[in-house]
Amino acid sequence: MSMTATAGRAHADPHHIGLVIEHPGPAPKRIVTAYGFWIFLLSDIVMFSCFFAAYAVLADQTAGGPKGSEIFDQRNVAIETVCLLLSSFTCGMASIAADVRNRFWFYLGMAVTCLLGLIFLVIEFREFADLVARGYGPSRSAFLTSFFSLVGCHGLHVSAGILWLLTMMAQVFAKGFRADVLRRMMCFALFWHALDIVWVGVFSVVYLLGSGV
Amino acid sequence: MLGKLDWSAIPFDQPIPLIAGAVVLVGILAVLAWVVVKGHLPYLWHEWITSVDHKRIGVMYILLASVMLLRGGSDAIMMRIQQAVAYQSQGYLPPEHYNQIFSAHGTIMIFFVAMPFVIGLMNLIVPLQLGVRDVAFPTLNSVGFWLTATGALLVNLSLVIGEFARTGWLAFPPLSELSYSPGVGVDYYAWSLQISGVGTLVAGINLVTTVLKLRTKGMNYLRMPMFCWTTLASNLLIVAAFPILTATLAMLLLDRYLGFHFFTNEAGGNVMMFMNLIWAWGHPEVYILVLPAFGIFSEVVSTFSGKALFGYRSMVLATMAICIISFMVWLHHFFTMGAGPDVNAIFGIASMIIAIPTGVKIYNWLFTMYGGRIRFETPMLWSIGFMVTFIIGGLTGVLVAVPPADFVLHNSMFLVAHFHNVIIGGVLFGAFAGFEYWFPKAFGFRLDDRWGKAAFWFTFLGFYVTFIPLYVAGMLGMTRRMQHYDVAAWRPWMLVAAVGMAVLTVGVICQIVQIVVSIRNREALRDRTGDPWDGRSLEWATSSPPPVFNFAFNPDVRGEDAYWDLKAHAKQQSLDHDAPEYHDIEMPRNSPTGFVCAFFATVMGFALIWHIWWMVILGGIGAFATFVVFAWRDHDEYVIPADEVAAIDRVNLEERRNLVSMAGTI
Ligand code: HEM
Ligand SMILES: [Cu+2]
Repeated sequence: MSMTATAGRAHADPHHIGLVIEHPGPAPKRIVTAYGFWIFLLSDIVMFSCFFAAYAVLADQTAGGPKGSEIFDQRNVAIETVCLLLSSFTCGMASIAADVRNRFWFYLGMAVTCLLGLIFLVIEFREFADLVARGYGPSRSAFLTSFFSLVGCHGLHVSAGILWLLTMMAQVFAKGFRADVLRRMMCFALFWHALDIVWVGVFSVVYLLGSGV
Repeated sequence: MLGKLDWSAIPFDQPIPLIAGAVVLVGILAVLAWVVVKGHLPYLWHEWITSVDHKRIGVMYILLASVMLLRGGSDAIMMRIQQAVAYQSQGYLPPEHYNQIFSAHGTIMIFFVAMPFVIGLMNLIVPLQLGVRDVAFPTLNSVGFWLTATGALLVNLSLVIGEFARTGWLAFPPLSELSYSPGVGVDYYAWSLQISGVGTLVAGINLVTTVLKLRTKGMNYLRMPMFCWTTLASNLLIVAAFPILTATLAMLLLDRYLGFHFFTNEAGGNVMMFMNLIWAWGHPEVYILVLPAFGIFSEVVSTFSGKALFGYRSMVLATMAICIISFMVWLHHFFTMGAGPDVNAIFGIASMIIAIPTGVKIYNWLFTMYGGRIRFETPMLWSIGFMVTFIIGGLTGVLVAVPPADFVLHNSMFLVAHFHNVIIGGVLFGAFAGFEYWFPKAFGFRLDDRWGKAAFWFTFLGFYVTFIPLYVAGMLGMTRRMQHYDVAAWRPWMLVAAVGMAVLTVGVICQIVQIVVSIRNREALRDRTGDPWDGRSLEWATSSPPPVFNFAFNPDVRGEDAYWDLKAHAKQQSLDHDAPEYHDIEMPRNSPTGFVCAFFATVMGFALIWHIWWMVILGGIGAFATFVVFAWRDHDEYVIPADEVAAIDRVNLEERRNLVSMAGTI
């Protein structure tokens, strides 16, 4: 019977004007998952914006402590940036490998991504440790507070990304390129690229502007 | 070993929270014991706690909200009594206890009553209205609910273990900083909101994706019921605003735990930054709450007027306009803090502009009623009560949005009256309207009409008797959050407000009685048609309660008011149909993930509040393990075979055929 199968009729649409593009029904799972994850990423970026805003407000509040130009090491930041941008590339390679079901290139791409991410984290950690050792920890001034929080928040995301990356490798190892594993891989890739974009923001706003370049 | 936790955390010297806590504890233990002894535990576990069915999760949200409404309500009663008796005396509450009560009251009412209530209703109804089987991410949905429950649990724990914040429901620094609030109160506040905030964000992402990506065939944007539109708008606001709250609270926590200087008075911290951030979340938050209520009223008014919603497209436009403008007015919450006349003027005008789309809505509801065949059922009463009440609230809102007026009224009882006017008269009335309206859909029987109407009238009158005096007291210069006062002119108004509170309480009792009576008489109140109100949208096209899969077929929508149209169509045409061909249906499997997640979140939250670091680590590991186990699952769906679908659906079809042949007599 057509009762639940067909609800309403075209002429019943009082505002029907011109061409109506008929909605085809629920989207496939892959699209739904990616779409939801995109929205999550947008919300995450809103959260980052708050830390960016806080940084912008507090950047000059050094309370007699060091200014940005006195503590930033351009060379380190350059290496970090290169690592992260490269890792986005290798992550892309891994995604392609997953799409064509090539295990070798997938593992290789993910392993290099992981390695680059770890190098990034180590450099960042050393920068933090060094600052704290010199007495320039986050409680020294509002500027340092906002600096450590913004950069640290990104770093935390990268750490979580690496944990996720390892889980993905393990999943492909144990379960192969199953549809749900591929969906997760897609989300992971989105996440990793988004972190790259956020880093470009951090790099420009904190390090470039902060050192007066 | 136990961080800051020791015996002094339990307030042995304060009888009120201790007794309240004991009563609650005994209540919980009694319910648990009853459940276990009666052998209901497996049923609860399999059918509810681990359920990922959007309808069940919706019901659980509403249950949580209702329980917390009683808790928040008892706080309100205590405050009204205090202000009634605390004239030229200390009253019966010590000041620091009073401060905790108003902080807990605001926090609970916004985060654990209003939010779960509207999210619950959206969860319950939106997939049905869209003609789909579930929300986009069913397991995540359960995680979201249980995290909200964790937040509520932590707030209630603070009653007997430690203390709650004394800083108001938004914890303004520097009062909420460590130097002024060294206790665990603010930590309870911040962690419970952080945890439940994650839950809310998850729900928001879920519902946005559901509305945008899961609509059934033919459900174009301009055929979606109004409630789906306001759900979309509200959840877009959640996704955009809740991360701001998360970031703000994270900053406050960093200040408190690690000596950071975001909002401190020292080392360059900036208190105004907190104001900006918290209200950039806070103003959209009030629209997150009220937009779904607007959607409910739209559904109710058109159903009970027997007419299509007047000005559907302008309604959609107004909804989206409110969604956007609500993000541009946050500064009206601190006109008095020295932003300067230009900034104040701009934000004042922006605030008033919201009144325009809101007005459009009110007119549309009125025009929908105009010329309709109005039935004054309980949901309709709540809607009409809302319209009257909300107009007053909106007008006083526009008044406080005038900066010079706000310099007089800011932080006064007038403000308290304003926002209760809009939140009770808007959000809560909407929630009650939705509750009465969709209850038969969720449970298959109606609520008792007489008790429902009694509940409405007592609440409605009680509301006015309680809050109109607060407007007056505000005009007379009474500021908010007073523990006691010496001004004789305020006294009578406080007494009247206390009487109003008593009337409101009768309203609440009526509502409870209504539920009890209705459950008792459920056989008599049973609705077999699935369509007790002669409804217009797709949720009425399926049986009540709907089967797990909602619809045996994905409905194919050809116009607005999909189900109404179908009934009209069916009446004209003969009703003999070919036997439909049923297919297997895949549904998501139940999962304990949400519950387990919330368990670890509770452990972690509690440990963080009390600085019990080993427990924090344990909770963290547990949470990560849950995630891995969840990600490792192999089968997350099960199949309902076609014959079973057929068997379930035939019953529904039979009822519906009877309904249609009787149509016109309703
Ligand atoms: C035409 C619509 C509205 C306007 C122009 C408006 C304006 C305002 C203004 C200017 C304030 C701040 C006053 C002060 O702090 O001195 C305020 C406070 C408040 N409003 Fe509204 N409002 C409107 C609608 C709403 C709605 C729909 C809700 C909730 C559903 C709401 C909830 C609140 C709350 C909770 C506060 C108090 C916040 C606090 O604790 O300080 N308002 N409103
Ligand atoms: Cu506002």
